[in-house]
Amino acid sequence: MLLIVIAGTFFLLEAAPGDAVDAYLLSIGGGDPALVQSLRESYGLDQSVFARLWLYVTALFRLDLGWSVVFGRPILDVILERLPNTLWLMGSAVALSFGLGSALGIVSGARPGSATDRALSIGSLALYAVPSFWLGLVFSVVFAVQLRWFPTSGIETIASGKEGFARALDIAWHLVLPVAALGFIYLALFLRMMRAGMAEAWRQDFALAARAKGLRRHRIVVRHIARNALLPLVTMLGLQAATMLGGSVVIESVFAIPGFGRLAQEAVAGRDAPLLTGIIVVSAVLVILVNLAVDIAYGLLDPRVGAAEVPT
Amino acid sequence: MSVLSRLLRSPEGAIGLALLSLLALMAIFAGVIFPDDPLSIVGPALVQPFTDASLPFGTDRLGRDVLAELVHGTRASLAVGIAAAVVALVIGSLVGTLAGFAGGLVDEALMRVVDAFQIVPSFLLALAFVSVAGASLPVVVLAIALGAWTAPARLARAEVLSIRERDYVAAARVIGMHPLEIALREVLPNALGPVLALSSVIVASSVLIEAALSFLGLSDPNIVTWGSMIAEGRNVLRSAPFLSIFPGIALMLTVLGVYLFSEGLAEALAKRRARA
Repeated sequence: MLLIVIAGTFFLLEAAPGDAVDAYLLSIGGGDPALVQSLRESYGLDQSVFARLWLYVTALFRLDLGWSVVFGRPILDVILERLPNTLWLMGSAVALSFGLGSALGIVSGARPGSATDRALSIGSLALYAVPSFWLGLVFSVVFAVQLRWFPTSGIETIASGKEGFARALDIAWHLVLPVAALGFIYLALFLRMMRAGMAEAWRQDFALAARAKGLRRHRIVVRHIARNALLPLVTMLGLQAATMLGGSVVIESVFAIPGFGRLAQEAVAGRDAPLLTGIIVVSAVLVILVNLAVDIAYGLLDPRVGAAEVPT
Repeated sequence: MSVLSRLLRSPEGAIGLALLSLLALMAIFAGVIFPDDPLSIVGPALVQPFTDASLPFGTDRLGRDVLAELVHGTRASLAVGIAAAVVALVIGSLVGTLAGFAGGLVDEALMRVVDAFQIVPSFLLALAFVSVAGASLPVVVLAIALGAWTAPARLARAEVLSIRERDYVAAARVIGMHPLEIALREVLPNALGPVLALSSVIVASSVLIEAALSFLGLSDPNIVTWGSMIAEGRNVLRSAPFLSIFPGIALMLTVLGVYLFSEGLAEALAKRRARA
């Protein structure tokens, strides 16, 4: 599966007009044919497509993603340097959207059809229709430019010399607006799923049984209804991982966060095909890892999953 | 009661239909309302909105009419959204039908390709594709469809797997129809219903992806798009935030219209089915 991604990306970028040497020559203002030839040889660009694909794949197993022309450094280093920023951004956004989304979903689904429920439904739909980069811009106009509560861009105060905890706080401060912009969009998704799941759970026999036992409504909602509605959300989390990674590309560009997504944009701008290939491969690996984690979490949360494999 | 009147009964359906019709009218008659090139300069730069009656939404950094740009931008958004959804649905349902109907090795191979497409973030894929093929409307449509065809493919395959065991398929086989003809003429049309239900989600997400791409500067520079308007307005975000805010609201209304319409439609269809 991953191999298809690698080969597919490789051929797609192979089809791009011009290669890294062309881009490099453009940046240094041209060169003589002998230089071009020796550069092509040093990058291995004079070999056939399949030979290079083979070289690329074998190098990957040694965790060697190649050399970035734009940055003049190994691609893996560049990506690893940028990845933490994006992971913080995505992780916090996921936590925000999942936590707040399911909490509001519980409020909404506790009494389906009530006024609160209607208002939350319409509000979440409107939120879901908003482009995340636009929400980010609006946030930065309101909270950063006019109210001056948060910084407009960047991941930390440049050359502040902060260390340890103060630095962490500084980064968190810079991340508030981007996380809010990215998280609020997906919040709506989780809210709607939670609500639908709870509406479904109310119709089940166990809900009737709980009511017949005379349990208080609050207890039924939290212990019986919400618990059962939470499971599909976990699945959704895995499915949304890829979308969110894509969404962070734009958000990082809005807030000028030096992250993984911005790197993708820089790779496009610099026509750095190996870097772009590396980014796509790493993001695919990331998505697979998230889904693996979701599968494991699912087994822990739902005792019905994987019960057959447990020897009794 | 017809589906349409049911649709209009539900508040979601009525609002969605109204929004979409308005946008469609704007897209169709953009050339009539604003016959001039929306990218031409009509007045002083950065006229604030609601101050000049001839330029109700003001002008941008270069003195272009914001309202004309907005109206013309509807075209790009709707065209890309709908075209990408059509391409994704056609590719998806064909691949899904083929995989489900052929089974065996073909199925296995096609579904692995679907897996591969699903683990790559569709926005990154679109970004890479547009950067390779160059920014133009057809390329953007294809780039978005490339990331969107997998869901219809999976759904079509699941439908086909249940349909291929039905009696009328066996009957078609008995009268000696070619397997490809059975797949396309007997199975595919019956599998389409649930797949088409995905179309609204795909249209909505395509509109958003197109906006994000053009926001990053990956769209045809000679066509006005809402995303590029937002990016353009970003340069003067502090002094003239309205330049970015108006197209954003237009985007939101479009996507909202699609969602509301599809929700209303689903409700109307479900009610009709319950009656029958």
